[in-house]
This record gives sequence, structure tokens and C-alpha cells, in this order.
Amino acid sequence: MAGYILRRLLQAIPVFFGTTFLIYFMVFAMPGDPILALFGDKTPSPALVAQLRAQYHLDQPFIVQYFIYIGGIFQGNFGMSYSGQPVSEILLRTFPVTLRLAVLALFFETVFGILVGLISGLRKGKLFDGSSLVVSLILISLPIFVIAFVAQYVFGVQLGWARTTVGPGAPIQDLILPALVLASISFAQIVRLTRSSVIETSSLDFVRTAYGKGLSRNRIVPVHILRNSLIPVVTYLATDFGVLLVGATVTEGIFNVPGVGNTLYQAIIRSEGPTVVSFVTVMVLLYLVVNLIVDLLYGLLDPRIRYVK
Amino acid sequence: MRKNRIGVGVVALAAASALVLTGCASGGGSTPTSSANLSAVITTNGSEPQNPLIPTNTNETGGGKIVDSIFAGLVYYDATGKPINDMADSITTTDSQTYTIKIKPNQTFSDGEAVDAKSFVDAWQYGALFSNAQVNQSFFAPIEGFSDTVDSPLTGLTVVDPTTFTVKLNAPQSDFPLQLGYTAFDPLPANAFADMTAFGQNPIGNGPYKLASSSAWQHNVQIDLVPNATYTGGRKAQNGGLTFKFYASSDAAYSDLQANNVDVIDEIPDSAISTFTSDLGDRAINQPSAVFQSFTIGVAAPHFQGQEGQLRRQALSEAIDRPTITKVIFDGTRTPATDFTSPVLDGYSNSLSGNSVLTYNADDAKKLWAEANAISPWSGTFQIAYNADGPHQAWVDAVSNSIKNVLGIDAAGSPTPTFAQFRTLVTDTANPIQTGFRTGWQADYPALSDFLVPLYQTGASSNDGHYTNPAVDALFTKAASETSTDAAIKDYQDAQVILLKDLPAIPLWYSNVTGGFAQGVSNVQFGWNSVPLYYAITKS
Repeated sequence: MAGYILRRLLQAIPVFFGTTFLIYFMVFAMPGDPILALFGDKTPSPALVAQLRAQYHLDQPFIVQYFIYIGGIFQGNFGMSYSGQPVSEILLRTFPVTLRLAVLALFFETVFGILVGLISGLRKGKLFDGSSLVVSLILISLPIFVIAFVAQYVFGVQLGWARTTVGPGAPIQDLILPALVLASISFAQIVRLTRSSVIETSSLDFVRTAYGKGLSRNRIVPVHILRNSLIPVVTYLATDFGVLLVGATVTEGIFNVPGVGNTLYQAIIRSEGPTVVSFVTVMVLLYLVVNLIVDLLYGLLDPRIRYVK
Repeated sequence: MRKNRIGVGVVALAAASALVLTGCASGGGSTPTSSANLSAVITTNGSEPQNPLIPTNTNETGGGKIVDSIFAGLVYYDATGKPINDMADSITTTDSQTYTIKIKPNQTFSDGEAVDAKSFVDAWQYGALFSNAQVNQSFFAPIEGFSDTVDSPLTGLTVVDPTTFTVKLNAPQSDFPLQLGYTAFDPLPANAFADMTAFGQNPIGNGPYKLASSSAWQHNVQIDLVPNATYTGGRKAQNGGLTFKFYASSDAAYSDLQANNVDVIDEIPDSAISTFTSDLGDRAINQPSAVFQSFTIGVAAPHFQGQEGQLRRQALSEAIDRPTITKVIFDGTRTPATDFTSPVLDGYSNSLSGNSVLTYNADDAKKLWAEANAISPWSGTFQIAYNADGPHQAWVDAVSNSIKNVLGIDAAGSPTPTFAQFRTLVTDTANPIQTGFRTGWQADYPALSDFLVPLYQTGASSNDGHYTNPAVDALFTKAASETSTDAAIKDYQDAQVILLKDLPAIPLWYSNVTGGFAQGVSNVQFGWNSVPLYYAITKS
């Protein structure tokens, strides 16, 4: 087990170098001069542009820029944003916010998704199953910004139940609405996934055996059916957690959450190499860790899966 | 001042004109009521400053609004753009080239340090020094000694006594005092120069507000300002503080306004442009502003030179139905152009000789185009380049269609993905752009010269179409050395008459400022530069 975890962690090293290199290259390859864009529709003097380019090492060849950046990371220096803040500070400020949002969204989609999926699966073809199918199809087909705008308008502006945008410090109560919006799409996926998995498991021999042994339904459903139906769902949740961390850009923009997606979007627009690369790298590492945890969870759900080496 | 990096076209901006002032009772300028609460903190929309909060290094409105609130320059602009002495006691000159500036006695920064002649001179020297690479460096170019290629002190600045200094310019510039309200000319306290990076995160200023604490700037979230008790000028805060909440999108700010979570916003999102006046009623603001939109055709573009080029430029201009486009595409938040400047300025005219070229006239456009074809037949597609990360596609397509329908030629937009790429394309002197391209200009100070000289003078910094006309240059030089404002205005108008013939850029429209405020908020007035006069806002 420990060896397995160590091996997985060691895999993160080449992934780290690969992603930083690729992302840095992509930012570098973005057309246009970010320094010129800093001046809007005004044209700065060429000498001033040259000086600012030198300040951000933009005058160096790509490979030199990359090694300056990597060298900085090993000294704990993630570079500077154009507004003069250390990127490490921006990371420390935004990641906790997005993490809170993602965990909250994951919580909502897991609890509600599995619950609704389980009931649908057990009552296949009944009214509840039919209506949950309709609702999940609607949610899947709606783009997230539509859901977000409608939710913001109805609950924030009209009813006043929630704040329209997230306040300073991003307190949990402000994050509930964005988290529900964020959870809505994956909720539908989890319902569908859980439902079909439950239906499949319910018809397996061991479930029939359990019923035949005279076990009560209250014991069979959670222990035998649900537990064995969860493996595909857990896989999905793991990938989804990564998506939530990375893909919350739209929701964060609409609810003005000072999180990773928002900041990363602004940095991409400004071609701020160090900010973009640092953010994406941390995301990739988080993604790796989450996937490792999920792989370990499999072992708990299904004892046949063992990590011996 | 730059609104944001996608270009001024993106944003809605504000300005008040004489015209607007009369209407400002409905636009928010209601009289102060006794219920106004002097301790109420006003919340408004902002965006994370792109640079540290140093006056000479702030050139976009996100940081500009904050810098303007925490610093006070020699003059400030009232709602009409008229300069009023702030730190200055007097600014005098006899030849428009050497100015003597006296500073009011007993002015201090919020930490108690005196604001004197040295505070200004040192700040200007810092801002102008080449190796400091300040984005507002070019504002010091008129002062003697300035260099944008090597480190060279501004020899034109002399401290006479603690409250007096003189400024000698390279050449006469009659509207120099008008420029001094721009943030680049603000003073700095002595301790700023020791560590400018740290100062930029937690600046000490002399303006109507100061940072609430050393951690007032919560990056990407908001910045909290409180009134500065040591400020005694005309912009004294009428409220208990100012919070700039940073929004990534104007949609979020607008939702917050509707839910009364923010007091004033100075930008209405595109999604609400057609509904905001009915949503907000008399709390909506839609006024002309100091933003000019056009498209430029460079002198290098084939078929656009000499007599043929002049005919084609005029034909294109007359082929564009500006009133319909501003109404249909922009819901009346743009005002069709009648000159090259802005209706909020002193010296704006809607009756310049030759401005009929800016009026839609399909028959005349066809005739002019045919005359040009007689000189050299047209072939190919007429293109307007724009950046696709800004909201330009709709109007570029509308303008292209208008041209296509009237002249019967192929016309289309030519998008580039990002603003950075667009600017790289436009400013490439080695390989000049061959098509028309979107241009926009927002003034930094309320003067006709700011809309004309940087854009159309031979070799000027932002003359991206490389236009050159000795007659125009001569009028610009003459205007700068005039000693009377009226004479200077006359010269700039004469220059525009020539520009209307040559059409180096084809004027389209002026952007309006759109904004709104919440219930219970009064005295909301937008300045000439599209920014609300925050100090005057009250809340019950």
C-alpha cells in the first residue's frame, strides 16, 4: 500500500515538468505582445515597451524564460503579476475560496445525486423515476450560465434569499447558491449513473441470494446494492472534482467569486505567463492527488481491488 | 485614461456636459437631503488595479478611480471638465511655455508630511525617468529635459521656494494647465521613493480619501477607503467612505445593483443595455462622454492614397448609416459623431464646415466611389480589423453591411482573437496593416488637443495610420502657442475641417456613459471622464 502511494506520488514529478513546460509554451505562443495591450488604444514609445519587456523577461527566448520561471519556483518564487503581486500570494488567496466552493458543490451533487439516483433505480419506471429523468435531462441540456443567471435573478434579485454576488471573505452562506448552480449539471449525471448502476446491481445473483436468505430490504439496499453500485459513481465524482476546481470559471464570473477560475481567466487574457502556469500546475497536482485518493477508495468499496505493489 | 485592456469600445463610460448638467436632476443630482448620512459608506464597482497604486504607473480606470480618490493634484476637474485649483494656489504664465506654480500653504499628506513644491517635482522626475518604466512616462514629454530613450532629468523643473516651482516646456503649450488634473501629475511623499513597490501596495496620499488600513486593498476582492481628515480642498468627502468592489464582469455588478448590494455602478453590461432605463427609471444614467470611436485606414492601404483615396474615404463615410446603427446595435448608448473630438468638451462643434461627410448619403457615396474608380478601378474586399475579445463584431458587421449595400462592394470585418494581437498588428511599423482597423480614444484630460494631436500629428505616438499633412501640423503648432483659449479652439476646429476632407480616420460615434445607482443614494454625478464624482455621493 505505502509503496503504491509512493509510486503514484513519484509519477507527479514528470507530470509537473510536462505541464509547466506545455502551458508555458502555450502562453508564450499566444499571438500579440501583452505589453502593448497594457496601454489600451494608446501606442507607447518603443523604448518603454522594450524596457517593460525586459522587466518581465519577455525579451528572452522561450527556453530561457521557462528556466527562469522554474528556477524561481525552486526558490519558492512563483513570479510576479503585472500588478506587482507575488503569484504565490494570489494562489494562497484564491485556492481556498475555490476549494470551498468545489467541496460544497461536490457535497450537494453527491448527496442529492446519489439519493435521487438510488430511489429512481429502485422504483424503475414509476412516477418518481420518470420525473427525475425529465429534470435531469433539462439540467443536462441547459448551459450552466443560463442556470446561473436565472438562479441569481430569481433568488438574488427577486426573492432576496441569497446575495447576488459573493461578499468579501467568501463566507459559506454566500457560496451556497453558486455551489448549487455548479452542482446542478453533475447532479443530473450522477442521478443517471447511479440509477443505471443500481438497476444493474439489483438484478445480480448475490442480491437475489440476499433476498432469498430473508434479509430485510433496509439491509440489502444500503449494504449490498448501493455499495456495489458506487464504483462508477466514485470515479465520476473524482474527475468531477477536478472539473469543479478548474471549470468553475463561468459560475465564478457570474457570482463574482474571487476564486481560481476568475483569476485564471483574467491572467490568460493578459498573457501573464507566471500566473497562468502556476495556477494550472497547482490544478494538475491537485487533480493527481484527488485521483490517488479515489483509487484508494476503490479498495474500500470493493475488497477485490488491492494495491499490493 | 485607459478603460480596460480590451479597449475603450468595451465599456460604457460617463461624462457630464453642460447639456447633461441641466438634466442631472433626473440623472441623480438631486439636492442633499437632511436624511443624508455622513457616515454612510458608498459601495461602487471597480476592477482589480492592473498596476501598483502609483499615480505615474496607473493608466487604466480600475486603478485610476482609486488613485484619483487618494491623491490630489494641482487641479481637479469639476463635472463639466473645468479645472479647479486643488493643491495649486495659482498657475501662471506669460508665454505659454514657462509656468509658475504656487501651492496652497499647509497642505499635508494623510500621514502629516507637508505637500510642497518638492513633493510634485520629485514625483514628476520619478515618473519621467526612463529607467523607472512608468506607463504614464509620456505625459512628461512636453517638459524640458525629457527623454524616452535614456535617463535624463527634467531640467525644466525648478523649485523656487517651498511652495513655488516653475515648469519650462520644450515648446509653448497653451493647454498645459488643463493637463495637470490627470493622475500622472499627482505629488508623492518622500518615503515613497525609498521603496516604490511597497508604497504601491499601500500608498499614502493627499486626496479626499485614504486607505482604511494597511490591509485595505484585498486583491481581487475590494479596496476600502475612508475620508482623509487632512484634505481641505474642494473634493471633501460627503460620505463616510468608499468601497470599490472588484467585479470580473459588469453583469455581476448590475445584478448587485438590482439587489441593492452596491450603491453606484458606472458600467451597464451589454445584456442589460436595452432594459436598464426601464429597470432603473430615474436612477439610470446615459450621457455622452469623452470617448470617440472610429475606424482608421492607414496611408499604406492600397487604393486609399492621394485623390483616389480621399474620394474613397469620403464615399465610405457617407455610406454608413450612423443613426440607425447606434439605435439598433447600441440601443441609443452611442451618439453619432459630428467631429473628431467629443461633445463634452469646450470647443466641440456640430457645425464644422464639411461635416456633411459624416451624414448618410447613399447617392453621393455611390457618385464619389465611381469617381475614384475612374482614377483606378477597385478590386477586392474592404476590411475592418478588430479584436474579437471585445464586443465589436456587431457594429463592425453593421458598418460593413451598410458599406456593402450602398457601394455594392465586398466589405467584411477581419477579427483577430485577442486585443494584444490586434495592437501588435496595428502598431507594426515595419509591416503596416493594409486594411481598415477599429480605433477608439478616451481623453486623459478635457481638451480638444488630446483628441487630435496624439492621433493625427505627423509622427505622433498614437498616429497608427501614419497620417501626415503639413497644414494640420502647422495648425496644431499654432494652437499650442496661442495665449487665448478661444484662439486655440479656433485653430483646432480649422484643423478638423482639413481632417474632415482627408478622413485619416472615419468618425463613427461617441460612446455614452451608462450607469445607475441604488435607492436611497443621492448626488450621483458623473464627471467629464465617465467616472462618478465619488466624494459628492450621499446615502440616506
